[in-house]
Amino acid sequence: MRAIQYAAPTTVDDAVALLAEHGENARILAGGTDLIVQVREDGRDTELFVDAKGIPELTDLTVSADGTTTLGAATPCYELYGNDNFCAAYPAIVDAARIIGSTGIQGRASVGGNLCNAGPAGDSIPALIVHSAICNVAGPNGRREIAVEDFCTAPGRNSLEAGEMLVSLTLPSPPPNSGTHYLRFIPRNEMDIAVVGAGAFLQLDGDSITAARIALGAVAPTPLFVQAAGEALIGQTAGEAAFAAAAEIARDTASPIDDMRGTVAHRKQLSYVLTQRALRGALAHAQGGTPSNGH
Amino acid sequence: MAVDEKTYKVVGTQPVRHDGVDKVTGRAKYGVDASMPGMVWGKVLRSPHARARIKSIDTSRAETADGILAVTTGEDYPDTGPGDYMDERAIARNRVTYAGQAVAAVAAISAHEAEEALRLINVEYETLPPILDVQSAMAKDAPIILDELRTETSGSFGNSPTNIAKHIIHEEGDVEAGMAAADHVFERSYTTSMVHQGYIEPHNALAYWNPDGSLVVESSSQGHFGIRDDLSKVLDYPKSKIRVIPAEIGGGFGGKTTVYLEPLAAVLSRKSGRPVKMTMNRTEVLIGTGPASGAHTTICLGVTNAGEITAAKIELAFEAGGYPGSAVGAGCLCAIGPYGIKNFRIDGYDVIVNKPKSHAYRAPGAPQAEFGVDCLVDEICEALNMDPLEFRHLNATKQGDVRADGTKYHTIGNIETVEAAMATDHWKTSLGEGSATKRRGRGVGSGYWMNGGGKSSAVARLNEDGTVTLLEGSMDIGGTRTSTAMQLAETLGIAIDQVNPIVPDTDGIAFTGVTGGSRVTFATGWAAIEAAKDLQAQMVSGLSDYWDVSSDAIAVDQGAFSQNGTTITFQEAAAVLHDDGQEIVGKSTVEPSGAGNTFALHIADVEVDLETGKVDILRYTALQDAGTAIYPPYVEGQMEGGVAQGVGWALHEEYVYDEDGRMRNSSFLDYRMLTSLDIPMIETVIVEVPNPGHPYGVRGVGEVPLVPPLAAVANAISQAIGVRIRDLPASPHKVRAAIASSTQ
Ligand SMILES: Cc1cc2nc3c(=O)[nH]c(=O)nc-3n(C[C@H](O)[C@H](O)[C@H](O)COP(=O)(O)OP(=O)(O)OC[C@H]3O[C@@H](n4cnc5c(N)ncnc54)[C@H](O)[C@@H]3O)c2cc1C
Repeated sequence: MRAIQYAAPTTVDDAVALLAEHGENARILAGGTDLIVQVREDGRDTELFVDAKGIPELTDLTVSADGTTTLGAATPCYELYGNDNFCAAYPAIVDAARIIGSTGIQGRASVGGNLCNAGPAGDSIPALIVHSAICNVAGPNGRREIAVEDFCTAPGRNSLEAGEMLVSLTLPSPPPNSGTHYLRFIPRNEMDIAVVGAGAFLQLDGDSITAARIALGAVAPTPLFVQAAGEALIGQTAGEAAFAAAAEIARDTASPIDDMRGTVAHRKQLSYVLTQRALRGALAHAQGGTPSNGH
Repeated sequence: MAVDEKTYKVVGTQPVRHDGVDKVTGRAKYGVDASMPGMVWGKVLRSPHARARIKSIDTSRAETADGILAVTTGEDYPDTGPGDYMDERAIARNRVTYAGQAVAAVAAISAHEAEEALRLINVEYETLPPILDVQSAMAKDAPIILDELRTETSGSFGNSPTNIAKHIIHEEGDVEAGMAAADHVFERSYTTSMVHQGYIEPHNALAYWNPDGSLVVESSSQGHFGIRDDLSKVLDYPKSKIRVIPAEIGGGFGGKTTVYLEPLAAVLSRKSGRPVKMTMNRTEVLIGTGPASGAHTTICLGVTNAGEITAAKIELAFEAGGYPGSAVGAGCLCAIGPYGIKNFRIDGYDVIVNKPKSHAYRAPGAPQAEFGVDCLVDEICEALNMDPLEFRHLNATKQGDVRADGTKYHTIGNIETVEAAMATDHWKTSLGEGSATKRRGRGVGSGYWMNGGGKSSAVARLNEDGTVTLLEGSMDIGGTRTSTAMQLAETLGIAIDQVNPIVPDTDGIAFTGVTGGSRVTFATGWAAIEAAKDLQAQMVSGLSDYWDVSSDAIAVDQGAFSQNGTTITFQEAAAVLHDDGQEIVGKSTVEPSGAGNTFALHIADVEVDLETGKVDILRYTALQDAGTAIYPPYVEGQMEGGVAQGVGWALHEEYVYDEDGRMRNSSFLDYRMLTSLDIPMIETVIVEVPNPGHPYGVRGVGEVPLVPPLAAVANAISQAIGVRIRDLPASPHKVRAAIASSTQ
């Protein structure tokens, strides 16, 4: 490891200028729970950390008049589950925030960092997908928006261009009679990386499903938005039969690999099981209850 | 639950531990805290290849890099001769036999510069396909990893090249007749993976040379004398010119009983003229130190309809790693330990594979060997419809039975442990219902470990205020400063807070063997008892001068000395003797045999998620015969630690390799040890059948609790899902695959 420079800009413009100046060798530092580990392991090319935590836009959590929430990219996980309104509105994101690492990690780790790190197993990403989050990006050519399901492009790669950074995430106001849930499978009970993760969103009209979104983690090179599974649920009666049918689509869409964390067969099976469990949780939430948090 | 109701004053109590305050306040000095003026940093270059010839090593660019003070390669070390491969194990020469083996090392002003310089060393390898499991290594036309190796069988050597370093045979009775007398013969094969001890503190060493040519090394290890002797061998340097200073140790479990960084730091220090400090990171610990062997075992047992074992045939093949020396020998001695079997044959194979050279891990060899036996016993109980504890009671090893090596058992607490298990609330409470998608199972596992004796030294110095300074040679890894001091205090009849135990360096005390083999409380405790007796005898003789009476006229009771109606306390005696010009030092070196075998039995309740294959431990009880529990919470701590490591071994832990022989999970992210959320409160039951081979009845307690969990957990899972688990770890994907195969 070599010595690394550190900068703490206070505006997005200054941060973007630093990124533009240093190119690939500058890295945004949010909580650092991925970045510092990676740079210690092989940080040959990293010359500059641009700390995002001093930029108000990146650490704010604001709700606008229409109920839309803007979540600063560097906001640490604990602030999410410490905010009752956020918990009520975005349960799947909170489910993810509560299981990333441990209490200590959650004091630093951000959802924005989790997303930018673009790990196939990043826990917050399926949750962001089912909540239809929009990424607000700033760069040398100004600002643009990216749908969160299009943000990750390959393991460890995202769609940010040179000099761009993630500023915040826009989370639409949750529709009435809706609920979400995220859960993952890990071999132990904490401090593990998801073998499979699953998030679900359901909106109901009585017993009937009017909208649904399903996303999976760790079963493809990037977190997977399983659009067909959600669409298949629309018009169905919320319950086991419909959930099983959607879970089958999720299982068939999953294209996992065999590795030390799980086999293809196991991950396919888990995609099926976890999709059902995520849907049950989302349903409980939509009906005003709290989902059980079983793995 | 003491069988022998002796009344002790100090033994069996729970005093404040002597090392406690320093540890909770962070003042305790661990190896990594060692520092010297002018100190520089060493780093190791490790082989990325599992099997290769080293064609050349070019260090010229590293030597001139920024901040670099010295570079070392295998050429700098003497040939230590055939046999134990101490030279190559310290640093490779001409070949590498596992990925992670040290190939070169550098010393630099900063650790970062040292790391950078490693990239400038150019090693030319000719790679060969690695052999990664014992079955491939033992196959007829297997490529040979160590060309010069010949199989050793009972002291004689074969004459053809082989990967089998050693073949051990133990035979007793008539196996064929025993099998013929059986109503049923069961045979199954089992595998366990290579696992690491997982101590939290990585290896470390600080080395420096004095102008008189003597070498000083500070490191945390399980025995500074062992480190000194290993260093003497690897460096071909006289022991008397090496001083090893022990540091507090952050866990070892057998893994810190040999040198890794120490010789490299010593040579780098000699070359640079500076004190050299080295520490490993976690990946280096996993790939570059000595884990426990993976094993393949085949177990064959004959039983009668009434459940009596008539004969056993056992084959154990252990991964030695890249050089000979697995724990298969101890595995052979332990395999059928809990069971008194008259007719048996046990074959053990020490097999070279391209993985790290295995090393000791808590009851080395026993968990792998006993796992298969206890799983098969469970299967037999199921087939015969017998209660697993009744079966163990019926077949339990007893006094007078013969161990694999012919040793006869003396007083042992095996049956008592089984009976204590039958009496537990756990055993008497039903398992409870699972649910539609979750099934429960209860499993039992037994454990046997022989325990060690060995050489230990202690010196007890009487201070003028009546306190006693206890110098003892054993590195304290499990609280043994206190448990040793307690035996001294008991013998002298003084309070434990009057004793100040210290572990001096290798120049400050006589030779003491390694802290391992569950031997310290037994052997070093015994040395403390003898030193106390020596001290007391000298006090009596000093007082006889002072009082001018014969020694026989002085009575000693509870630390007080009386003569002719006058009684003085221990403290008063100390003051009197000091004022009288007498300084009193008791000493002893002992090498006791009769360590006293120990037996354990564990009960595990699990719940298996049928949909995912995840296993949760619902309840866990560990029982074991401690002989006499000197400090009961320490015994419980050892039992709980063994359970946590053993359940991890059963459920998650394994070295995962790619086809090139590189470990893929060399971090604690993917090498999964249990966390605090993965195991419930462990219930412990200490059984006390005092060991007649020790003054206070001590048996070792530290190792046996690692043995039973493997089978207890596997048996519980098997019961829950109705499919036998014979391959550890029982990770979720394997358990789920087993469930899927049974429901198809
Ligand atoms: C012990 C431990 C346990 C963990 N457990 C989990 C877990 O259970 N689940 C899980 O998903 N992850 C886990 N992680 C990984 C990590 O904590 C999470 O991914 C976390 O959310 C990363 O957030 P951060 O703020 O620390 O990101 P950082 O490490 O600061 O950044 C991560 C990456 O994103 C880039 N980046 C960050 N912010 C921006 C931005 N605004 N614009 C552009 N690029 C940016 C950084 O340059 C870096 O490449 C764990 C890590 C550790 C050390």
